[in-house]
Amino acid sequence: MIPCFLCRCEDVLAAEVDHAIDLGWTTVEEIKRYTGLGTGPCQGKECLPLLAAHLAARDAAAACALAPFTQRPPAEPAPLAALAGTSEDPTR
Amino acid sequence: MTRLPYGSPTTPLPDEVDVAVVGGGIMGLATAYHLARTSYLRITVVEGAYLAAGASGRNGGGVRMQWSDPNNVRLMMESLRICRGLTQELGINLWFRRGGYLFLARTPAQADQLERNAAMHRELGADTRLLSPTAARAIVPELDVTGVVLASYNPHDAVVFPWPFLWGYAARATAMGVAIRTHTKVTRIEPETATYRLHLSDGTALRTDTVILAMGAYGHDLNRGLGIDLPNRPHRHEILSTAPLKPLFDPLVVDLSTGLYASQSLRGEVVAGVTLGAPDLDAPPEPIDTTSSLGFLERIGAALVRVFPRLGPVSVLRQWAGPYDFSPDGDPIVGPSPGHPKVIQMCGFTGHGFMMAPAVSRLVARFVAHGIGDPLLDRWSPGRFAGKPPARPREVMIIG
Repeated sequence: MIPCFLCRCEDVLAAEVDHAIDLGWTTVEEIKRYTGLGTGPCQGKECLPLLAAHLAARDAAAACALAPFTQRPPAEPAPLAALAGTSEDPTR
Repeated sequence: MTRLPYGSPTTPLPDEVDVAVVGGGIMGLATAYHLARTSYLRITVVEGAYLAAGASGRNGGGVRMQWSDPNNVRLMMESLRICRGLTQELGINLWFRRGGYLFLARTPAQADQLERNAAMHRELGADTRLLSPTAARAIVPELDVTGVVLASYNPHDAVVFPWPFLWGYAARATAMGVAIRTHTKVTRIEPETATYRLHLSDGTALRTDTVILAMGAYGHDLNRGLGIDLPNRPHRHEILSTAPLKPLFDPLVVDLSTGLYASQSLRGEVVAGVTLGAPDLDAPPEPIDTTSSLGFLERIGAALVRVFPRLGPVSVLRQWAGPYDFSPDGDPIVGPSPGHPKVIQMCGFTGHGFMMAPAVSRLVARFVAHGIGDPLLDRWSPGRFAGKPPARPREVMIIG
């Protein structure tokens, strides 16, 4: 079988998500924590819709469980040195 | 019937149990595990959201024996001893990595504190060493020690990945018959003649002999419903994770001047937090706030780059927040409740409960299952706040 990646940043396969569901995890927040999906550089921008589609196709999730995980700042990866200076120079 | 290893929203609950644990964080799950391991009690764990939704899933994963109070040093020496074999005991990789903890002092008062700590640690058998700034750089070459006057280092302190602890304790507890129900809130605890009735958000109820409230900062409403008024207060703390890097430094580094703590996980990410004020302990408890702020990024950016100049170009991937559960005297609030001896509190760990849980859960399970007390449980008694609080030195090594 050809492995199907749902999360390219953290190398999470569809089969690994299926395994997590079989273990009883029911929500996107739980699947994120158990598999690491969505915790890499894209922070879920690529993989969350794929996960939702996968769960819907499997009929694995109640509608409420398809809620995306909490979006965390920053929206894009931001360097520490720039953040350290934001008060002095907000345009930097 | 085979139960799912980490509990589920549909786990069948019996009508009656001996011990109902409220809260599926590390305190509740580890205590349920030890109760199941050492007794024939019927045990259930009820969690309002998912395992690790609260502070157990939001902390930095530091586990250290460098404290200012000898009770905490001894407790954490025991916790670290337990952690050493816990991966095998729980059958799950906890990412337990003994890179040590390195504390940096920039003022004479901070240096005095580290010296007092180290002398006391050595008396207790903890291998804490005082280091010159140059010697600290020998351990962490990336460090900028400008302005640092003294450092203390204990190579046996460690960093872990918190989440697998919960999965490990949950799976082992489940295998021994503990019923773990997630996504189910306890809406009310109703005292009966000799038992308690827990009313659940799915409309059912559960009768129990003993209640263990392992809810950290989240327990005020249930406590007030029982007429129990505890002085712990939630305080929002923030933390971040960077893009993964090659191995850059081994110890968790603390800068006592800013309350900065930073460690590198086994995935290579730098995980760091910083002090952002303290709660008003005289005010009523505020709702728990887990939003993130730009102010945190500004403060930690400056604090982190000062200590690790080469981290300047490294990107923050994600920031999040969780509650420290502040106790007024800095000591946890653990044991039988005033007026409700069968309601056992496990709260007030003031931001450092995760690392204490492997040891604390054993003490509480021994007490609940076998009535065996412990001097620490006496010290941590929830009843100590009635009347004049006992005068004792306050733990000062509360970081973040």
